[in-house]
Amino acid sequence: MCLGIPAKVTHIQSSGEGKVDYLGTKVRVNFSLLEDVKLGDWVIVHAGFAISKLDEEEAQETLSLLREIAKEQGA
Amino acid sequence: MFITNTDGSNKWGRFSRRTASSNMKKISLELGSGGKLMGDFIADHIVPTFNNPFLRELSDSSHLPRGIAFTTDSYVVDPIFFPGGDIGTLAVNGTVNDLVVSGAVPRYISLAFILEEGLPWADLEKIVKSIKLAAGQASVQVTTGDTKVVRRGQADKIYINTSGVGFVVAKPRLNSIRPGDRIILTGTLGEHSLAVMLARSEFGLEAKARSDCAPLNYLLPLWKKGVLWMRDITRGGLATILSELAERLPYSLLIEEEKIPLSRAVRGASELLGIDPLYLACEGRAVVVVPQKQADLVLQKIRKNPLGRKAAIIGHIDDKIGKPGELLLSTVTGGLRLLEPLTSELLPRIC
Amino acid sequence: MKELRDKSITFALLREIEKKARSLSRLVRIMEVCGTHTMTIHRYGLKTLLEEAGVEMISGPGCPVCITPNEIHEACLDLVTAKENIILASFGDMTRVPTRKGSLQTVVPAPKSLVKIVYSPQESLALAKANPDKEVIFFGVGFETTIPSIALTVRKAHEQGLQNFSVLSALWLIPPALRAILEAGETEISGFLYPGHVSAIIGVKPYQFVADEFCVPGAIAGFEPNDILLGLSAILSQVEEGRPRVHLEYSRAVNPSGNPLARAIMEEMLEPKDAYWRGLGQIPQSGLELKKAYAVYDAKTRHKLRIKEGSGDLPGCRCGEILRGLVAPPQCPLYLKKCSPDSPFGPCMVSFEGACYVYYKYGRQ
Repeated sequence: MCLGIPAKVTHIQSSGEGKVDYLGTKVRVNFSLLEDVKLGDWVIVHAGFAISKLDEEEAQETLSLLREIAKEQGA
Repeated sequence: MFITNTDGSNKWGRFSRRTASSNMKKISLELGSGGKLMGDFIADHIVPTFNNPFLRELSDSSHLPRGIAFTTDSYVVDPIFFPGGDIGTLAVNGTVNDLVVSGAVPRYISLAFILEEGLPWADLEKIVKSIKLAAGQASVQVTTGDTKVVRRGQADKIYINTSGVGFVVAKPRLNSIRPGDRIILTGTLGEHSLAVMLARSEFGLEAKARSDCAPLNYLLPLWKKGVLWMRDITRGGLATILSELAERLPYSLLIEEEKIPLSRAVRGASELLGIDPLYLACEGRAVVVVPQKQADLVLQKIRKNPLGRKAAIIGHIDDKIGKPGELLLSTVTGGLRLLEPLTSELLPRIC
Repeated sequence: MKELRDKSITFALLREIEKKARSLSRLVRIMEVCGTHTMTIHRYGLKTLLEEAGVEMISGPGCPVCITPNEIHEACLDLVTAKENIILASFGDMTRVPTRKGSLQTVVPAPKSLVKIVYSPQESLALAKANPDKEVIFFGVGFETTIPSIALTVRKAHEQGLQNFSVLSALWLIPPALRAILEAGETEISGFLYPGHVSAIIGVKPYQFVADEFCVPGAIAGFEPNDILLGLSAILSQVEEGRPRVHLEYSRAVNPSGNPLARAIMEEMLEPKDAYWRGLGQIPQSGLELKKAYAVYDAKTRHKLRIKEGSGDLPGCRCGEILRGLVAPPQCPLYLKKCSPDSPFGPCMVSFEGACYVYYKYGRQ
């Protein structure tokens, strides 16, 4: 019920329509559910709408947490 | 096409529910989807009605007396033009490939058109040119055909039927397949499906993809290099083809997700849309089963051909993991997952 | 961000989970609320690996295919089979649900009518604009992740003055369903894995009552395999410490206060109602419907549909109990006899996230 993919914003129009890129594939997306979306932002796309913006800092924190766990468990 | 087990039992085995097609009052789109409904229809109505040993084989190409192989297919794809091909290219390669994977050299095809009144002449010309090109590449000759035109609205632009005749050079040896035998996939998955989605301009999709529609003639010499069985990956994708194979064997099939070649475009589009690439249709890819000893050589030979450059050994026949008849996927995270044949149209998920 | 799928990290997390689970005196049963979590756990083969590590995952009500009652599907079927010039637009998964009248996939539409599968609600608007002679009805089903998009689509239709568009809505809210499950107290739940994208809309607060009132731990997790395992590990820590709370694992995509703009659009267009969930029954204030001002875009009003709640359940189907985590699929008398992936009887077998379908895939080993 929650299929949402992180994708990069490549086009935005004033109407709220635009496009995102995921692994080189682009898809039409509506940004009207978010404020302040800029080109190059990463967003979560669900059913053709961007529902959330990705926070780079938080992403890095999660990734370093994962790397730490791997080290602790001797991966 | 639907396959019956060698013992004559219905492929759907344990879960066969013989009510579906006999309860229909009107034909629904589902009947043509290649799933259970179609399978039941063929098993319940077609086979008993026409009842002969060739039909009972229910293979994609029937092997007739005097070494003749014979197959047929109809093409109703919409849209009729897509990146990398058109309905004409499909009409040749689909039929050619049915012959190749059954162990026959394709030689002659028939070409029957049903045209909708109002179809632009330029479109028909383009398609005929594609057919000529494809036939040349597949080394087949168009020797007979038919043309019909129906009123506007009674067909969707153009429908094509091609029947193919070839000469048998090898017989698939399903019963010789043993644990340890390797499964080779000749190239990346799902390019054709993505090309069609792009041509339909669905979802405002933009991607670098071209249909993989191509003739598989280059695989023919491999029948003499130890290949036991091969099948082209069409509707239902890799997972459907391999799970159908698994159901006919007293062993399981194990494939590794990491080894499956996927282009970036197909990977991206399928994740974005929530579609599993293992179920996406191709039109110029095959799976080949060959004993381990000859696998590397066969792989090399496939890779020598430009159409097989991305070929890879993706798995093997197994008798320790899983149960007989199962197709198992070893996932990228080290888990194991059972793959089932596709039972109806592939749908983009949102959930 | 390959760490999110890295195999060695997956196994490290599983070892961490196993250590924590073993130190607890009882079986750990965690309810994954969201169908996409069920899907991911299955897709990466995690369910068996988790069981081996001592954690049993049970499916929750977060699968819209599963909880939308048959009578709503049947209303769609009636519309597209009885009336001409209808385009019934629907998300793909919904079209496979079997009812007494068939499914949207198998049914034969009335002349000049058709069923069209769409990926986005916006496509149904485009269909309405491109086909002025047709009546477009969008079967709008979803949880909080999808609801803002559907609401926005109706607002657009209104702004553009579309005359041939309406939505047959089935909009569901997660927190009331969780409350209903907890209040029923029918099954032992050690913790909840909360849906990541629903949370992107509603934030963290709506789940707080689960920890405060019912003392059940929980974590909001993303959808990569290692997101899920991180979330589960956090839940186990809460169990160990005896400190239930709502942990946010998916912090890169979920703002603790959610998406206020999305919620504002929901409040503008929709109002809460009591809703009947398949399997869970009537839950107060657990659904949403279009406000009276937008009645012309509500297919129920526009097409004068009368939908009798609870009337469409297929006899013998135990999907309801399965959705509440009470019963495992093999305990349903229809499982694999009358109901199989080839010919599903109930939604839990139809949906790729449905408990029965997922159980069939690897529960048999």
